[in-house]
Amino acid sequence: MSLTPDDVKAIARLARLAIAEQDIPAYAKNLSSILEFVAQLEKADTASVQPMAHPLVGLTQPMRADTAVAQVDRDRYQQNAPQVEAGLYLVPKVVE
Amino acid sequence: MLHKKTLAELARDLKARKVSSEELTRAFLERIERFNPKLNAFISVLKDSALVEARASDKRIAAGQGGPLEGLPIVHKDIFCTEGVRTTCGSKMLDNFVSPYDATVVERLKKAGTVLLGKANMDEFAMGSSNETSFYGPVKNPWDETRVPGGSSGGSAAIVAARLAPAATATDTGGSIRQPAALVGATGIKPTYGRVSRYGIVAFASSLDQAGIITYSAEDAAMVMRVMAGHDERDSTSVDKPVPDYVAGLGESVKGLRIGVPKEFFDKGLDAKVAAAVQDAIGVYKKLGASVQEVSLPNFWLSVPTYYVVAPAECSSNLARFDGVRYGHRCTDPVDLTDLYMRSRGEGFGAEVKRRIMTGTYVLSAGYYDAYYLKAQKTRSLIRQDFLEAFRQVDVIMGPTAPGTAFKLGEKTDDPITMYLNDIYANGVNLAGLPGMSIPAGFVDGLPVGLQIIGNYFDEGRMLAAAHQYQQQTDWHVRIPKNYEN
Repeated sequence: MSLTPDDVKAIARLARLAIAEQDIPAYAKNLSSILEFVAQLEKADTASVQPMAHPLVGLTQPMRADTAVAQVDRDRYQQNAPQVEAGLYLVPKVVE
Repeated sequence: MLHKKTLAELARDLKARKVSSEELTRAFLERIERFNPKLNAFISVLKDSALVEARASDKRIAAGQGGPLEGLPIVHKDIFCTEGVRTTCGSKMLDNFVSPYDATVVERLKKAGTVLLGKANMDEFAMGSSNETSFYGPVKNPWDETRVPGGSSGGSAAIVAARLAPAATATDTGGSIRQPAALVGATGIKPTYGRVSRYGIVAFASSLDQAGIITYSAEDAAMVMRVMAGHDERDSTSVDKPVPDYVAGLGESVKGLRIGVPKEFFDKGLDAKVAAAVQDAIGVYKKLGASVQEVSLPNFWLSVPTYYVVAPAECSSNLARFDGVRYGHRCTDPVDLTDLYMRSRGEGFGAEVKRRIMTGTYVLSAGYYDAYYLKAQKTRSLIRQDFLEAFRQVDVIMGPTAPGTAFKLGEKTDDPITMYLNDIYANGVNLAGLPGMSIPAGFVDGLPVGLQIIGNYFDEGRMLAAAHQYQQQTDWHVRIPKNYEN
């Protein structure tokens, strides 16, 4: 599996990662070698194997009573936000 | 010489009032000040708050109160959220992030009376095997500062090895506790998936991530594990199962213990001198009356490629939360929302994290999901099946933790695959969700070698006891690197 520079750009776009133009060839090379490496999996016979859903066999998702247990302390959480105003997160204009 | 004492010895000294928590805390802070500039093992040192906590501990001890780890100084890997304290995860992305709450592990250890000395350096978002991907620079191995301490918990491991703290928390997604513990000559345990709560740990690969501890000895690890482990309803994968008294169980003899040694672990790729040291360690168990037999993990060869599909896939999903909006790094003057996302993430993440996000994005993308992700979840079943089969015949599995000793800084940074293969004996344990340990088992050319002990599900007690019994016969775990002895 060999990725072209255009493939890398497409993947980076999907992942919302800005990659500098001069770094694209290095990513193409490294990602290609990683995909080539994991392609070994093709050699494993998995025709009758179930995909693993959870590391622990037979474990089920626990349930709890549907009652409120926590309050959201918005002001405190927003102290880490790059830009807020009146309790709202600010981002560039989305709708003209 | 307080730094030479184990956590267990320090706990006894505190209780007997031979030393105060403040004296102990000052002694370790002084060592951190002296040695950390050489090692770069800390991202934050919390001198003032540590002394406040130590004095509060001393008051509780004087009043005959306090938790099971009262007054003992520890360090948290900087992946654990600590309320009011910067939590960076080794990334520029979280350089300015101050956690608004404590991780469950942090909360439990705080309640038990520990004093927090600081936050340990680590590979960025726990992605790395050498601590060289940290935004804060690489950590050095105290046995040879031109070499890596392993990763991703390289800071935690170097701190314990250099005796800058008697214990440091760590996490292990594909070997990140065991491999660095091996490379610095420390004791490290990664519990069963679900044994320790993941709440408040910055997520990397949620089906693999598990928290544990790095210490001088197995007895110390047992003391801390007893506090860390247990059900937490804030982590839905946390298992509601009673936590045994690991310390009380340490005396259990290894006589009759059935040890399985996977033949695949000693195949090509393993350094011959490391292999010999590991065989010698297994020989100690034989002398103690354990029975040793060869076992086979026929799908072992699939573990690293399976890991490098599953882990990046989950990483690409988990790290989607870093959007430059709610917290973390934001680029300047974004022209629109997409530009904001792309540049904030492009600037905030380092090269290895980007590689993993892109690998994960690719294997999960339309048209490739079945060939990569679904296939890897099937090979993951095969890997687990091998272990289940082996545990029908034996009680524990033993082998090398890493294929070699600590390598040189920069030696493997150009080729991701070479770096990934350093966790060849570790990855499968995470994929199967099993508990694993690494304990010091000798030296090769002056560098530590680790013996890996893999246990059955929730069999941490037996693993810790087996490690403790070995440490009663050997003194590898009490060796301190020459420049850090005094």
